[in-house]
Amino acid sequence: MKLTTTLMATSALIASSLAAGAEDMTLVSWGGAYQASQQKAYAEPYMAMHPDVNIIWDESSAEAVAKLRAMAEAGNTTWDVVDVVAADALRLCDEGLAMPIDPDTQLAPAPDGTPASEDFGDLLVSECFIPQIVYSTTFGYRTDMVGDKAPESVCAIFDTETWPGKRSLEKRPIGNMEWALICDGVADEDVYDVLATEEGQARAFAKLDTIKDNVIWWTAGADTPQLLADGEVVMGSTYNGRLFKLIVEDKQPVAMLWDAQMFDLDGWIIPANLSDERKARALDFVYFATDTQRLADQAKYISYGPARKSSAPLVGKHAELGIDMAPHMPTDPANAKHTFLFNYDFWADYRDDLDAKFQAWVSK
Amino acid sequence: MQPQIMGGPLAGATGGDGFVVFDRVQKSYDGEVLVVKDLNLSIARGEFLTMLGPSGSGKTTCLMMLAGFETATHGDILLDGKPINNIPPHKRGIGMVFQNYALFPHMSVGENLSFPLEVRGIGKAERDEKVKRALDMVQMGEFVNRRPAQLSGGQQQRIALARALVFEPELVLMDEPLGALDKQLREHMQFEITRLAHDLGITVVYVTHDQTEALTMSDNVAVFEDGRIQQLDPPDKLYEEPMNSFVAQFIGENNTLSGVVQQISGDTCTVRLDSGEVIEANPVNVHAPGERTLVSIRPERVEYNRARLQEGAFTLKAEVLEFIYMGDVFRTRLRVAGRDDFIMKTRNAPDAERLEPGQTIEIGWLPRDCRALDA
Amino acid sequence: MSDETNSGPVLTADGRSLKKSLQRALRREKLRALMLIAPLLLFVLVTFIAPIGDMLFRSVENRIVSETLPRTVIALQDWEYESGEAPGEAVFAALAEDLREAVKAKTHTRLGTRLNYELSGMSSLFRQVGRKLRRMDPDKPWREQFLKVNKKWGDPEVWGVIQTYSSPLTAGYFLNAVDLRLTPRGVEQRPENERVYIMLFKRTILLSGLITFMTFLLGYPIAYLLSNLRMKTANILMILVLLPFWTSLLVRTSAWKVLLQQQGVINDVLVWLGLIADDQRLELINNATGTVIAMTHILLPFMILPLYSVMKTIPPSYVRAAKSLGARPFTAFRRVYFPQSIPGIGAGAILVFILAIGYYITPALVGGRSGTFISNRIAYHISVSLNWGLGAALGALLLVLVLALYALYDKIVGIDNVKLG
Repeated sequence: MKLTTTLMATSALIASSLAAGAEDMTLVSWGGAYQASQQKAYAEPYMAMHPDVNIIWDESSAEAVAKLRAMAEAGNTTWDVVDVVAADALRLCDEGLAMPIDPDTQLAPAPDGTPASEDFGDLLVSECFIPQIVYSTTFGYRTDMVGDKAPESVCAIFDTETWPGKRSLEKRPIGNMEWALICDGVADEDVYDVLATEEGQARAFAKLDTIKDNVIWWTAGADTPQLLADGEVVMGSTYNGRLFKLIVEDKQPVAMLWDAQMFDLDGWIIPANLSDERKARALDFVYFATDTQRLADQAKYISYGPARKSSAPLVGKHAELGIDMAPHMPTDPANAKHTFLFNYDFWADYRDDLDAKFQAWVSK
Repeated sequence: MQPQIMGGPLAGATGGDGFVVFDRVQKSYDGEVLVVKDLNLSIARGEFLTMLGPSGSGKTTCLMMLAGFETATHGDILLDGKPINNIPPHKRGIGMVFQNYALFPHMSVGENLSFPLEVRGIGKAERDEKVKRALDMVQMGEFVNRRPAQLSGGQQQRIALARALVFEPELVLMDEPLGALDKQLREHMQFEITRLAHDLGITVVYVTHDQTEALTMSDNVAVFEDGRIQQLDPPDKLYEEPMNSFVAQFIGENNTLSGVVQQISGDTCTVRLDSGEVIEANPVNVHAPGERTLVSIRPERVEYNRARLQEGAFTLKAEVLEFIYMGDVFRTRLRVAGRDDFIMKTRNAPDAERLEPGQTIEIGWLPRDCRALDA
Repeated sequence: MSDETNSGPVLTADGRSLKKSLQRALRREKLRALMLIAPLLLFVLVTFIAPIGDMLFRSVENRIVSETLPRTVIALQDWEYESGEAPGEAVFAALAEDLREAVKAKTHTRLGTRLNYELSGMSSLFRQVGRKLRRMDPDKPWREQFLKVNKKWGDPEVWGVIQTYSSPLTAGYFLNAVDLRLTPRGVEQRPENERVYIMLFKRTILLSGLITFMTFLLGYPIAYLLSNLRMKTANILMILVLLPFWTSLLVRTSAWKVLLQQQGVINDVLVWLGLIADDQRLELINNATGTVIAMTHILLPFMILPLYSVMKTIPPSYVRAAKSLGARPFTAFRRVYFPQSIPGIGAGAILVFILAIGYYITPALVGGRSGTFISNRIAYHISVSLNWGLGAALGALLLVLVLALYALYDKIVGIDNVKLG
């Protein structure tokens, strides 16, 4: 009798734990402060509402495209929702590895009823991409190393006479080529037309040649903040959120140079070919996590702008520091006087080509 | 009680002005224990001296100090009258044969032999000539182009010997050179080495733990134990007249009976054995009545055949425990004076009697063969 | 029976052929040996041979064009690139048909990506036409409608690329990996400003060689010291040698940065000592120097361990023998000790060199622009650009390179002259 009870209790326990296991949902993100902000703004409230769902994080966003392709080839996709930059979302969509989303039926409308497609607007750069934040690649400089002339234009990067010292730039053509052309006198709107030509590319490289020996090339987002903190470079490009942390949280003698900041997007995709059950759960999460309030909430933890227009007015103060976050957003009017929108289509076409040229150039 | 070094400052045929001299040499590796204690030794030019002893007795350390691979902690080593303590090994000009031959595996036999000549800057033609002569000397002339790995143990041994001799050193050191060979080959090489040493007139210092080797090859044998030379004598003297019980036990087979010295008078003494019998003995290493002693008798000096017992022989009752037929000799284990391990060796003579276990016999020996040594 | 020759086969006691009996006995032994290695064999097959085989296949595989555009490929057979004009209506109609299916299966974008490797602009060309295809009128001529979407469809280059890459196997990736390219006009060299792989291969070999030499230079004395110490002391020091293995890569990298950067410890000390001026601090990181320093550090144990285990087996009596024969200490070392340690050097050098050639994390972190390796490009193509074909071709070339060097080593030094212990 007693034995039977024990056995039944045990099997019930096993059954319930199996059931709990079946509700695991794997989210893929970038780790660090960014993932922490998602955890606080999205995952924790979502799990509070859905106690039966267990969210597991995987910090693989940097290799998301390659891993998703490998998973799809193996026929076993274990991820449910993946955080990627817009360019990767485009690629995944092209490859058929991400599921197309209809924003108006599958995403939440704004509180005033505006459909999601309007609320996100231009930021829906791919039919598979659910935008989350706007971030920018921009510059920071050492306030104690620029003398009495604080740089105001992005072209300070190319002016080694006024501001001698090393600069850090990302080791890829994207961004650097555009800035080179802008500082070589090309108007913003003509940049990609010029860059599509051989001469235009040569022109960009020629401009970059003028500072080649003064550049430390970075590959990880943490590099420039570290180089700035160590005084190894006088100025350098990186993601604005990293600079926010360096300036506001770490209180380093560094200031922002917002000029010609390059807007980029980060958001979610749902892998293609999920089972109906998992797909439904992933969509449910994304519906919740990208609504107006949730996107505004994330900005409490990190200085990236929400991707919805309707979220902007709701951005408040930093959850721990208590400072107003709006002035630190790349989208703040004071910061966004001169911005540059990344052309995804151009780079989808020219990335391989320009990358080969850039690598050949940078290696010599 | 410590065994004593016998025979004054230095025993044997050598004098203080020898070719190789160890003068009060001490050696310690750790600053606490002396592995060589106050060593004094003189080796004459042309002498074949063997350092014999169990492992850890300090004999190899002495050889290494002589070769220059170890430095003496105290004392002087002289070669041809000159102290060599501060001369590095490569300038000592001493030939050496190592335990495992240490033939350079990446060089051919010819290159191995040529090596000491090359480093001395000798020209090619002369080198080849000397290498050929050295190889012929050990009957290995046709192996000049072989690698050491292609040779048998005995052949490697010969090459090692030839290499140590090729630059014509006056002194050659050998560190258990025959240890890795089988018995027959070893006996053959013992003969070869002594022949070469005599033909060439070189001085040899030879280290071994094999007493047969030591006895058959050497002019003089230094028996090492506990960092000291226990006895230094020619082989026959060493065997016949061991000066202390370590040497008696270590060299050859030996029967020992323990007892107490009762009285000493001239070249005889009486000893009361622990079993009660009183025997006569030769007082070699006892000094006063009442001293404990180990009496040592060689098995072949024990006789049971009354007809052969010489006059003045001392006799004792014994019980036969075991009779072993060994061809040329009979080996009989006896119970004597309360001990079960007393051995008697008798020649397989035409009239020899084969003893039966259980038989009681009377054995005897000459008192001068019965040496009362330290206990 | 072949055994029953004139001389007569040797028979066993029960009259069977001795040869056969022997074969049977040996077969059983072989079978047992096979059973013993079976788990490893299977493991190696699944985790090593299969992926490498897959990689080699990917470097030439190119079915995507003929599978996505089967009709177009057939229709294009009659067209000649040399005509200098785009093909006629029949080809466009075939393309429209193929694309309609491809868009439904969403494979046209993938094809665009593939062809974009050979000609930039192909990707957007296909995506664009994929979006507009639904609104095209099947009753009107296709050629005009395509040209209206994008006039590039009239460019013979576009068609030339499709035709050139329509075969299921291609050497394109391999050509690309050696700075060549396959065009409708044949194989030609890439423009000077795109040639990067040959240079990276050369640099990888050169720097790996330098790293190997540095590990030898630094590791040899250490291994010599270790092999001549007592076991206990040697073991403690060995722990220090292995320390680099136990620290995480990121900790190590941070440590190098702190030490090597221009405002770093080494430069600070040199400036403080007055050896260099403050405005002429040395660049020790973010360039080839950084790669060599960091990789020498990481790979040092791989040189020391085989050296140590070989030196351990060299009896001290060899050097003693040499000295007793009259050789000065240095001559004894050079003529007797060193030649016997060569198997260890060989093993260490092969190990370090092959590891160095394939390293990519460290060069990426500290190599800057002049210290990155070919493997960094492979990693880029595998995980970022997703050009797996090119990544596979580069990887295959690297493999061939390693095997060639191995063979060269075998020829010069002899592979039986390698000893790991």
